[in-house]
Amino acid sequence: MLVTKYVITSSESNILPSDIAMKIYGSKYEVLVKETCFGVVINGEEEVINALVKEIRALDPAGIFIKDRGFPPGDPRRCRGRRGGGARPGFYMIESESKMLPLISRALAFQGDIPDIPEKKKPLPIKRLEEIIKNGLS
Amino acid sequence: MAKVIVYPPTSMILSDLVERMGHKALVVPEAVRRLVTASGIESPPLNMTPEEPKKGLRYAAVDVPSGVRGRMSLIGPIIEEAEAAIIVEDPGWLTGCAGCSRTNELVRLLIRTKGVPVLDLSYPTNDAEAKVFVSKIRTFLEGLK
Repeated sequence: MLVTKYVITSSESNILPSDIAMKIYGSKYEVLVKETCFGVVINGEEEVINALVKEIRALDPAGIFIKDRGFPPGDPRRCRGRRGGGARPGFYMIESESKMLPLISRALAFQGDIPDIPEKKKPLPIKRLEEIIKNGLS
Repeated sequence: MAKVIVYPPTSMILSDLVERMGHKALVVPEAVRRLVTASGIESPPLNMTPEEPKKGLRYAAVDVPSGVRGRMSLIGPIIEEAEAAIIVEDPGWLTGCAGCSRTNELVRLLIRTKGVPVLDLSYPTNDAEAKVFVSKIRTFLEGLK
């Protein structure tokens, strides 16, 4: 079965989408590659893609992220070149999560004690609010 | 290797972390792929036929908007397959398949009532939170068979 995956690089990674594309071009695998601003889209047989993904990830284990994609690359139902421009619907999710990738990359590469984080302030429970109102009005 | 559903079901970070730690991430793009690459498009452009909202009837009543039932026809079978779940608090920018708030509530409810191990998290906003985020996911996934 043909599968499509995104290979997305963290903005702090030293690996560029073009580096990944060049590695794929130079590899033995027969896959379709599309280079984008945030990484590459690869399409091919499932076993081939899984093997390739392992090799690509080895370029920067903490800085390269892989995501499944439903539509094949350049699919006219999603390709903005055929739809008159604008980002495709799923791009906003990638864009939002991409901003977090440097944090996740550093966390993946981190080896040491996990810091203690104080619990975030929770909203005032309704019962406590009722008590405050009753005490204030009585 | 356990099958782990991630919420948001289109999350790149969560699906990547699950896969790199040796488990199978259950995500919506796989369900979409089955639909859009099936031979013979019955209902262009997305091949959503009247059958899909009917499949969604297993999870939502008939008076629920068809958009919810349509989404559930994709996400519902994934939930049934799940052996564990990672739920990240709604970050406020869910789009596409995960862009319907009512569907999202139903998805979270179905996951929680299924009785599988669930890890609840929030997206990190700084380095310390990110370390805790990754560490919790790693510990959770290592605890699965």
